Amino acid sequence: MTAIETVVDRSVTEALETMMLIRTFEEKSAALRAANLSPNMCTSVGQEASAAGVIKNLREDDLILTNHRSAGHLLARGAEPGRIFAEIMGKSTGYCKGKSGSLHISVKELGVVLTSTIVGGELSLAPGVGLSLSMSKSDAIAVVFFGDGAATEGIFHESLNLAAVWNLPVLYVCENNQWQAYVHRKETMLADHVSEFARAYGVPSKTVDGNDVEVVLDAARNAVDYVRTMRKPYLLETYTYRVRGHMEPDDQAYVDKEELASWKRRDPISLIQSRLQRDGELTQDEIDVMWQRVQQRVEDAAQFALDSPYPGFDEMTTDVYA
Amino acid sequence: MRTITADEAITEALVEEMRRDSRVIAFGEGTATKGYKLVEEFGAARVRNTPLAEGIIAGTAAGAAATGLRPVIDLLFAPFLTFAMDEIVNSAGKLRFLSGGQFSFPLVTVARTGGGWAVGAQHNHNNESWFVSSPGLKVVMPSTPADFKGLLKSAIRDENPVVFFADIGLLFVPGEVPDGDHVVPIGKADVKREGSDITLISYAKTVQKCLEAANVLQENGVSAEVIDLRSLKPLDEATLLASVQKTGRAIVVHEAAGPCGVGAEVAAIIAEKAFGALKAPVVRLTGPDAPAAASFPLEAAYAPQADAIVAAATRSLSRA
Ligand SMILES: Cc1ncc(C[n+]2csc(CCOP(=O)(O)OP(=O)(O)O)c2C)c(N)n1
Ligand SMILES: [Mg+2]
Repeated sequence: MTAIETVVDRSVTEALETMMLIRTFEEKSAALRAANLSPNMCTSVGQEASAAGVIKNLREDDLILTNHRSAGHLLARGAEPGRIFAEIMGKSTGYCKGKSGSLHISVKELGVVLTSTIVGGELSLAPGVGLSLSMSKSDAIAVVFFGDGAATEGIFHESLNLAAVWNLPVLYVCENNQWQAYVHRKETMLADHVSEFARAYGVPSKTVDGNDVEVVLDAARNAVDYVRTMRKPYLLETYTYRVRGHMEPDDQAYVDKEELASWKRRDPISLIQSRLQRDGELTQDEIDVMWQRVQQRVEDAAQFALDSPYPGFDEMTTDVYA
Repeated sequence: MRTITADEAITEALVEEMRRDSRVIAFGEGTATKGYKLVEEFGAARVRNTPLAEGIIAGTAAGAAATGLRPVIDLLFAPFLTFAMDEIVNSAGKLRFLSGGQFSFPLVTVARTGGGWAVGAQHNHNNESWFVSSPGLKVVMPSTPADFKGLLKSAIRDENPVVFFADIGLLFVPGEVPDGDHVVPIGKADVKREGSDITLISYAKTVQKCLEAANVLQENGVSAEVIDLRSLKPLDEATLLASVQKTGRAIVVHEAAGPCGVGAEVAAIIAEKAFGALKAPVVRLTGPDAPAAASFPLEAAYAPQADAIVAAATRSLSRA
């Protein structure tokens, strides 16, 4: 095996562990909600390869914008699961002192700069972050995660067009998970792929299998390189599926059972796990150890959040004005 | 002192602040075209034309502000702010709080409104109170070229998002502006004229109407105090209340429509905090609850006039 292959392999294994962490975190979060220990929240179960594959390709000084379905992005970026749980629960140890809750978590120290739960809000903010970077000396880039639903908002089109005409270093990542809350994507857009819109704005784009983390890692590496060197936007669409409901709790009675089952058969974690096993990169024992490690971490994190205090009532009116 | 228009004062303030701080940038629909001299001095990166898309202009300003720049955006006319509400209200106004104070949004949005150009209700809508009731924003609306300049400079230096309303009717009226670095603090009202019998509270073009009314009242032996709020949020409660404590009577005058307007807020503050001093009910004189007509005479009549202010003051003073 050559040295380069070793590096690639390690990044895939690392990505797998990140995906395991996201899955375990999200399922715990849903369980905490079901037990009335945590408020409603949106999970990214089934979409882990997109978060892990894209964010593994970023540098520390790159900046991220995200939306209501952000825990995967935060965890892939290295956020502490305990502080995310705490934020979801509205505890003072959360990244935003409990003032955000699950829907607009940002973590300045990790470069997760802005998060909006207004669908498309993150898209409206992204060119400005790109502008700050383009006017600085650095070659860092901005990455904005958004859903297929956000692509039906007018602001998506305004954002892409401005980033194109101003040559802004913004990587647009559309996580096309086939759902827009309780409405299936097929009801709201004729095109199957959001990437097709980009062409009209002169922005290069690509749709990839968002459930195959190796494919995402590769595509994102190329996309990141393009944005970093060309100082221009790029749109990467990770085609995937929202396996749980829109917001916990959700009985998914409105979901086509066949469609859900077929996507579950392409579970992104099982997919890469069995491939790495088949190729002799990982043994079942090693995989078990990885699961145990993330489970322990998530259990400890949940306990940390449950044990954390709520913010004082004075926090109701602090941080409003600078 | 020099005599310049409010429109020139806006440009002067911008130029001076861009010289002072390289993080200040300006963009909007035609900003670089109209501001070609700024492009010459500061370069095309700092002075930009944008696509015709107010949402993304404001969103880009918010994103840039959160990551180190200090944008000044020109959204042209206040009704166009509807296209930028999410970015100004939900992002710039709320994300500081929602992030637990991790981010600040030092950006200025300039929008023109008010009668003067016969442009009709989709270019002329005094919607400043929408922003006053949105947390995290500051709102200013000056009445003199000196205040246009000084408040815009303060707005650009402020760490918070500021919405800067420019009254169309005042843009080309000349006035004296002090030389040098003329800065007017946000949140400080201006007592335009001292008086002891009644307080006339206003902002933007109706400040002049109040001053005219005060002259007429003086002839009738009534001493009216005139306060120009200048800053609608934060509101200078101390100056307002001190005046009403002295006069016991107040009339609030503005061009914007009455319901939930700035006048309602001012009246409520006076009722809550200076009730004991009041000798008569606080009166609001506002534009009607109707879109502004384009027709010149109707547009001009939309804002309260001096004679209506005199009449209201006279009624107020007739109460024992
Ligand atoms: C402006 C706005 N409209 C509606 C909503 C309610 N809402 C929250 S998430 C969501 C679906 C978004 O779909 P998509 O962009 O595909 O993201 P996903 O949830 O699938 O990750 C909706 C309709 C909202 N938060 N903001
Ligand atoms: Mg979706």
